[in-house]
Amino acid sequence: MNNLDLLTAITVFVLSVLVGIEVISKVPATLHTPLMSGSNSVHGIVVIGAMLIAAESHTWLGYTLAFAAMVFGAMNVVGGYVVTDRMLEMFKARPGEKKEV
Amino acid sequence: MDTVSNAVHYVFLATAACFVLGLHLMNHPRTARRGNTLSAGAMAVAIAATVWLVAHEGTISTTGWLVLASGGLIGAALGLYAAREVRMTAMPQLVSLFNAVGGGAAALIAVNDLLQADHPAALGARVALPGALDIVIGAVTFSGSLIAAGKLQGIVSGAPVVFPGARLLNVLLPVSFVAGTVWLVMAPDSRAALYGLAAVALLFGVTMVLPIGGADMPVVIALLNAFTGSAVAMAGFVLDETALIIAGMLVSASGGILTKLMADAMNRSIAGIVIGGFGTGDSAPTAVTGGATAQVRSLSADDVAIQLAYASKVVFVPGYGLAAAQAQHELGDLAKLLTDHGVDVSYAVHPVAGRMPGHMNVLLAEANVPYTQLKEMDEVNPEFAQADVALVVGANDVTNPMARRPGNAISGMPILDVDKARSVVVIKRSMGHGYAGIDNELYTDPKTGMFFTDAKKGLSELKAAVGEFVG
Repeated sequence: MNNLDLLTAITVFVLSVLVGIEVISKVPATLHTPLMSGSNSVHGIVVIGAMLIAAESHTWLGYTLAFAAMVFGAMNVVGGYVVTDRMLEMFKARPGEKKEV
Repeated sequence: MDTVSNAVHYVFLATAACFVLGLHLMNHPRTARRGNTLSAGAMAVAIAATVWLVAHEGTISTTGWLVLASGGLIGAALGLYAAREVRMTAMPQLVSLFNAVGGGAAALIAVNDLLQADHPAALGARVALPGALDIVIGAVTFSGSLIAAGKLQGIVSGAPVVFPGARLLNVLLPVSFVAGTVWLVMAPDSRAALYGLAAVALLFGVTMVLPIGGADMPVVIALLNAFTGSAVAMAGFVLDETALIIAGMLVSASGGILTKLMADAMNRSIAGIVIGGFGTGDSAPTAVTGGATAQVRSLSADDVAIQLAYASKVVFVPGYGLAAAQAQHELGDLAKLLTDHGVDVSYAVHPVAGRMPGHMNVLLAEANVPYTQLKEMDEVNPEFAQADVALVVGANDVTNPMARRPGNAISGMPILDVDKARSVVVIKRSMGHGYAGIDNELYTDPKTGMFFTDAKKGLSELKAAVGEFVG
């Protein structure tokens, strides 16, 4: 799938950093832990890469690597989003609101 | 690209846009949960689209499907279990673990790509260079994050582990990264270069994090978070997937910003930290104005309770000691009692209160503290002057007024202006030093009273005593 020229890839790379800095500097310190675990789940997109290599694998070595990458990636995505949600659920504006577990 | 591949890549673009929007919604506690849900939904759609793409391309074997499905299910189950069961105090370990697996997966993708290429020797620098970088960054993150998680969990010694030649090794290893990367780019089919580079990177992750003390963990975790993001972006270069580049760099930006914030809050330069200043820095104990114990004023629970009950504004200053004593619920209960009595209560949270950025806020939120009472340093500092009582629990160096003067270990460190409050109460077991190893002038200030006790026990006693006054 070599369809991406280097310049385009680097353009995307640079612009993403700038967008990231812009968006993330607005997050209050109160939410830095959920931000970190939330951005953690965003890099779980690596699971898509793992799926793509699983699709191209035809040797035992390839399968083993793809399997490990799948386990890691899926753990990253699912765990990251669930734990972030669990944390954010606890942030209430009023003390009266009871958290439902 | 055919139609399906095109469609899938439009889905990826939409997913990346949703990640940005999701992070944008994180700018307020009210909308943050929606942001996370949006991001998670977009991720689910992207994964579904990838399944479609893989099925459509038809190159996948039956075993490949099995690998994909079983790996995905096992990983998802492990992630779900960890996320559901983890205690909020153990959050830094979990985030570290997710950093490790994310970096590990990214490194494996590059290893696989270089091993599986039909004509590896023909791979240009276009693939081999990001591939090598992916392996280095991903492997360093993998082993480094595992060690960090082990230290936080207490499996690996939390104290700085230093062995002879460690510094030299930490200089030699990065040099060998450059050599290994150049080798791999020149000869992408060289297995020796590939495995050698991966092994050196794994080793470096260990030797980089081992010498770091527990109190420096917020910086380390944020830095490793940035590394993982970069590794994933490099995997995006290897696989020609812009979605991975965008997502990876968003995370990298986030990790980078947090690293800077944490380093500033701890009075360290990032450069100093990266070039082996980790955990050592300026923490050498310096002998400063001694004889402090003689001048402090010791208070009982009743003394403190009277002050709190008759105050109109109280600011709590929680530090890591509070979390270590598992006393955040007691503090939350005490605050609720005072709030119900009409006292204006807020929490002054220093950026490094906790074991990762923002950790203390999560611990307090879990103890049912409303986020409207959680104040950041810059927001709360002007409020201390109006506070009748500032109650310090488990925080030390970040309240030390000496930071405003030059010539000591914490000079220039941003602190909470606790000494500006009308009166100060410190709950502390002894006059022991904080991480910086120096006396805290706040304790000898005439308006400060010390309540010598364990945080959990002390707060329970205060709650009972305040209950009698306001009951």
